[in-house]
Amino acid sequence: MLLVLLLVPLVASVILAFVGDRKFAPEINIMGSAATFAAGAGLAVQVYMEGPMLAGGKFFFVDAFNVYLSVLTSFVSMTTAVFSRRYMRKEREHGRVGHIRMRFYHAMFQLFIFAMLLCLLTNNVGVLWIAMELATLSTVLLVSLYRTPTAIEAAWKYFILCGVGIAQALFGTVLLYFAAEKVLGEGGEALLWTNLSRISPELEPTVLSLAFVFLMVGYGTKVGLVPLHNWLPDAHSEGPTPISAVLSGLLLNIALYALVRCKVLVDGATGTHHAGNIMMGFGLLSILVAAFSLLRQKDIKRMFSYSSIEHMGIATFAFGLGGPVATFGALLHMLVHSLAKSSIFFTVGHASQMHRTQEMDRIRGLFRGNPLVGWGLMLGVMAIVGMPPFGIFTSEFLILTATMKDAPLLTPFLLLGLAVAFAALFRRVQSMVAGDVPSYQKPMKAAHVPVLLHMALVLVLGIYMPDFLNKWFHTAVELLK
Amino acid sequence: MNINIASQINSFLAALVLLTAFGMLVQRRMYGLVHLFAWQGLFLSLNTAIVGFVADRHHLYISSVLTLTLKVILLPYILHVLIQRLKVHKEVETVVNIPMTMLIGIALVIFSYHLMAPVRELSTLVTRSTLAVALATVMIGLLMMITRKHAVTQIIGFLAMENGLFFAATSATYGMPLVVELGVALDILIAAFIFGIFFFHIHTTFDSLDVEKMARLKEED
Repeated sequence: MLLVLLLVPLVASVILAFVGDRKFAPEINIMGSAATFAAGAGLAVQVYMEGPMLAGGKFFFVDAFNVYLSVLTSFVSMTTAVFSRRYMRKEREHGRVGHIRMRFYHAMFQLFIFAMLLCLLTNNVGVLWIAMELATLSTVLLVSLYRTPTAIEAAWKYFILCGVGIAQALFGTVLLYFAAEKVLGEGGEALLWTNLSRISPELEPTVLSLAFVFLMVGYGTKVGLVPLHNWLPDAHSEGPTPISAVLSGLLLNIALYALVRCKVLVDGATGTHHAGNIMMGFGLLSILVAAFSLLRQKDIKRMFSYSSIEHMGIATFAFGLGGPVATFGALLHMLVHSLAKSSIFFTVGHASQMHRTQEMDRIRGLFRGNPLVGWGLMLGVMAIVGMPPFGIFTSEFLILTATMKDAPLLTPFLLLGLAVAFAALFRRVQSMVAGDVPSYQKPMKAAHVPVLLHMALVLVLGIYMPDFLNKWFHTAVELLK
Repeated sequence: MNINIASQINSFLAALVLLTAFGMLVQRRMYGLVHLFAWQGLFLSLNTAIVGFVADRHHLYISSVLTLTLKVILLPYILHVLIQRLKVHKEVETVVNIPMTMLIGIALVIFSYHLMAPVRELSTLVTRSTLAVALATVMIGLLMMITRKHAVTQIIGFLAMENGLFFAATSATYGMPLVVELGVALDILIAAFIFGIFFFHIHTTFDSLDVEKMARLKEED
């Protein structure tokens, strides 16, 4: 099942490259993503029944931590494919993309999904790095799809800064291999995560703490942690909206996943809280800087990109804090943030198509103009700022409780960040959804299934935690201790 | 081959790699940069082959040939063609404050030696003394990307960083496992494809490859 999950998007990518911009290409894209999700769900059932497993000669593995992220990735990519059908059709009518670029768009979308799933499922820390770089490369040209000067600038920044960042992570991986090789011997076996986690107390602590600094800078750039976040608001706001949704909702999670995997090894080797402290520092700084940047934004997609930085900061902070409650909260936070943020981007995409601008001052009267888009955006923002009964409230509540217990001095900073973000987002969104419909607003048919589905899931997760998820989270907490 | 001689050849080649890195830091002509990059690749490839021979690691021969084809022949060729097509070979970049950049470069080398000292003591390999040089090459590549404002130069800085990383893998551990090295090479190849496309896009949109002109996306107040 695991190998099927990886093969489907790869095959879909090749097929779409050949099909090109036919009438049914978006449908193939949806079918490919749906098949990926089916395989992901199948894998989840298998893991639930039989527990963690290895596949493909120890090369791939799945445990409680990566199984839920794989299902999440395949699910969000499926709903994004559904959203993208209607959205991209509109973009074509507006003349922003042509034949060749649509072919490219669909093929690269599937390749990107493949790269993310490979990141999650590979057992080899080196291959994890390669897949992460592949995920970056496959989205660079999607960010510049519209070929406007700003889009090209954003994509170039994304390419260069992430390339530099991720190069640091490779150096960290080399150091990790250097330490591992002494214990496990030479060859591919020494980079397998399952082996490394088994022998992590025997790894050389000095080398590992040095390696973690490089890994933190490298993968931290991809998570979008301040001060390495410069590329993120540009890249997430200039590309087509379906791409913004998967970049914000999925790719940031994947980078954080890689970072957390490395942290577990370093913790095992050093036996101190060194790595956790670094992550807490970066996380808290990201929350505060992003929250205050939210106040000054004028572009709607840029604003929500900063919100992504803030939420990734929260999750990084919680993983750094450690302990069962905070880790549980962080795992849940990755899940609900991803669902809520991609849903917000779906509505934002429609809203900016209706007004043909991304400037928030010109977006008005969404409640009356298109209730689904208006209410979808409103509820999405309510969820993302952490209002009960949505799932983000639960995860943020858990993280706050753990902070009060383990690091009480940091609680005011965390609360300040959350409060500022709350105020900034609410002020903006109210002026966009309320009021009369402006003359330049064009009605359009929105893709409602993805938005409704995501919001329903975020709501359900705030009220009731399914048994399988609970079990996985508890196992993952044990794993990441 | 005698281990002692091998270690000396290794150090000599490391010195040459570092020298080319410094050369790139100050070279203003596009073709000159590409040639320096090709030389650096050649030294790396030679070094990898020698280490492979001394340490009896046959997979290093494959890495060596891979470096030779990718970084000495293919990438410089692609860059050459791109520079010619886009007619930027006459563009001479104004590099500000060369002596200062050189001094920062030297400081980075010292810093790298300091940072790698504990790792070197743990290592028993012939190549352990060159690990600091590898990190210095990465850092100088980074410095080059920060200080230079031309798209081609930034890409060469990026590739020089990748060279440093490859060198680090050879010095610290006699190379990463083969599957990882092949994967990294594939990523570089895709990156080369992408920056090729990018050069054309930037050129047609901004009429120049000067990245200073790309300054529309700023934080508004």
